Amino acid sequence: MTVGTKHTHLTYPDIDEAVDDDVRQHMEGMMEAEKGVLQAREQEMEECECKEGMFPNPTPGRRAFLLGAAAVAASTLPRGASASSGKAPAGAIEFDVPDDPTKVQGRLTNDDGGYGTRSQFESEARWRFPTKTKETSWTMTPLAESEGIITPSGLHFERHHGGIPTIDPKKHSLIVHGMCDNPKKYSMDDIRKFPSVSRQYFIECSGNGLTEFKAPFLKTVQGTHGLTSTSEWTGVMLSTILNEVGVQDGAAWILAEGADAAVMTRSVPLDKAWDDAMLIYAQNGEAMRPEQGYPLRVFLPGWEGNTHIKWLRRLEISDKPFMTREETSKYTDVVKDGKARQFSFTMEAKSVITFPSGEMKLPKPGFYEITGLAWSGRGKVRQVEVTTDGGKTWLIASLEGPIQSLCHTRFRIPWMWDGNPALIASRCIDETGYVQPTIAEINDVRGLNGHPKFASIYHLNGIMAWTIGADGTVTNAAHKV
Amino acid sequence: MLIHWSKTVILAGSLVAFIAAAPASAQKFNFGTTPSAEEIAKIDIDAMPDGRGLPPGSGTPAMGKNIYANSCAACHGVNLEGVSAAGGAALVGGRGSIGTPKTKKTVESYWPYASTLFDYVRRAMPFDKPGSLSNDEIYAVSAYILNKGKIIGDKDVMNAKTLPKVDMPNKDGFIPDPRPDVFNYR
Ligand code: HEC
Repeated sequence: MTVGTKHTHLTYPDIDEAVDDDVRQHMEGMMEAEKGVLQAREQEMEECECKEGMFPNPTPGRRAFLLGAAAVAASTLPRGASASSGKAPAGAIEFDVPDDPTKVQGRLTNDDGGYGTRSQFESEARWRFPTKTKETSWTMTPLAESEGIITPSGLHFERHHGGIPTIDPKKHSLIVHGMCDNPKKYSMDDIRKFPSVSRQYFIECSGNGLTEFKAPFLKTVQGTHGLTSTSEWTGVMLSTILNEVGVQDGAAWILAEGADAAVMTRSVPLDKAWDDAMLIYAQNGEAMRPEQGYPLRVFLPGWEGNTHIKWLRRLEISDKPFMTREETSKYTDVVKDGKARQFSFTMEAKSVITFPSGEMKLPKPGFYEITGLAWSGRGKVRQVEVTTDGGKTWLIASLEGPIQSLCHTRFRIPWMWDGNPALIASRCIDETGYVQPTIAEINDVRGLNGHPKFASIYHLNGIMAWTIGADGTVTNAAHKV
Repeated sequence: MLIHWSKTVILAGSLVAFIAAAPASAQKFNFGTTPSAEEIAKIDIDAMPDGRGLPPGSGTPAMGKNIYANSCAACHGVNLEGVSAAGGAALVGGRGSIGTPKTKKTVESYWPYASTLFDYVRRAMPFDKPGSLSNDEIYAVSAYILNKGKIIGDKDVMNAKTLPKVDMPNKDGFIPDPRPDVFNYR
């Protein structure tokens, strides 16, 4: 659902003098990255006659992906591929477009080698947070165009600390050892023999929204909320494996370790491991993607993404946490008294309106369906409320069923826009009765000094708002509700 | 075929367990193999705050100076001040800044355990050549960083016994997660 893009000069708030070079470079980099996508989109819209239409040609941002596509074009192409194939967006192949598809034969069946690509007219893509090195970096899911609750595997957000390893599943194994009676080594074939389960769950990076703690900063919902995605995950319950190895008395923690260049590690309380933790090998009906941990990852439903260790090679059972870098130096929140909260695993209830959202433009007053996503790391979403008058009144949105625990939930509410400026926002109430707070309420408790620019950095689940101007432009209004 | 066979077994197994009201844990599949001590040791590289997991070997700040200059300085700075363009953070400085508007998190100012430094360098650094340093070299470069952060003395030797005893400035800086921290329950 693309609505005409706003023609802005793409200005961003000034970065305060106080921040050091490092932070400044980061912020400038982020602005540049988002700007690049937005400018490409503007250019595309300029060439598009449907600019002011409600549903213009949904190919914003095509240009931004030319480089990536050129690499794809170099490989062998199916018959009918256009001579100008280099223009296809990532994940697509450019074909010549006939004037009348009923007058010529179409492409040959299975000429794609047996694995499909998306339409050349679709170009939604992740964008990368511009860290200095591409090995340790992250990408955001394009939520503005998302439909339903499932994130296509290729659009699932990413966070890597040492790049994406290439692992041959035949050579990969998982060793489980430590405080257990029967240490075990499992090949991937062994893992797949165990009884399996498939569940739809979200994963959210605890850094999702970190730019918005103090003031609105990024412009699009992809930038402000794109570090959350939902897939159907298939694998074996970790409890099944623990049962096999015979956990000893006194054990309380388990270390998960990846086989990437960062040899990523997190300590996980054994209670969670016994409860609903999984070892995942499949995503959305096929083998899990390399960026998501192929061939095996830990899954801790509802917990911050970093704990879902990818490329899993080792589990060590222990009495104490291991105090790795990712649970001390990182993923800890410095709060008011200068103390840092540690092991903040649960991602609390949160929601965001994905349509209309930042940098869209509503062409004219009239009917719109407001829609978005809600989720909670404590269970099911009970209710989502939406305001279109800046928080004076809240209406109950309809939730798309079945509502699943620890999973994105799609909400929708019809709206007649009268053409006056509007301030819209959503809030989520989960099954524990917890109501998604405002960003101000969170900052009141935690303080703003955990980082010179990004407050406590992690675990921001405050209410997100968008303003709609009289001309229909939609703008980040975080903190205004 | 094997997969179907095994799934039948679990079904039967859990039925038996259910009827007999025995804990499901009585049932085991016994897939996989028993790893040898060497196989485990090869990848068991973690080090814990109390020193468990620290390997034999040792190093001093003086020994670490060259290793740092050759393997780390390009990204973390000659004075451990960090190199923004390389993405390498400052490793020292900022002591006492945590929780102030000028919060600066470094090994010196923020890290609660010295074991974490050894563990992390061993698994992930140097960033462009992970896993390339010997245990002695990791002890030495850790000693160098701790010394530059004025946490240990010039002559202090770091090894499996001494490293866990290093008194990190922010060792009391961490608290358990108290969330939910905003209470608007309905
Ligand atoms: C090629 C650049 C590069 C080199 C060389 C390098 N590092 Fe790093 N270092 C990084 C990057 C990038 C990170 C952040 C990794 C991440 O995002 O997870 C990092 C992180 C670290 C951290 C964690 C900092 C924190 O606050 O969490 C430590 C400690 C560290 N490096 C020590 C070393 C040591 C010791 C060496 C030399 C043996 C070294 N590094 C060599 C780039 C480098």
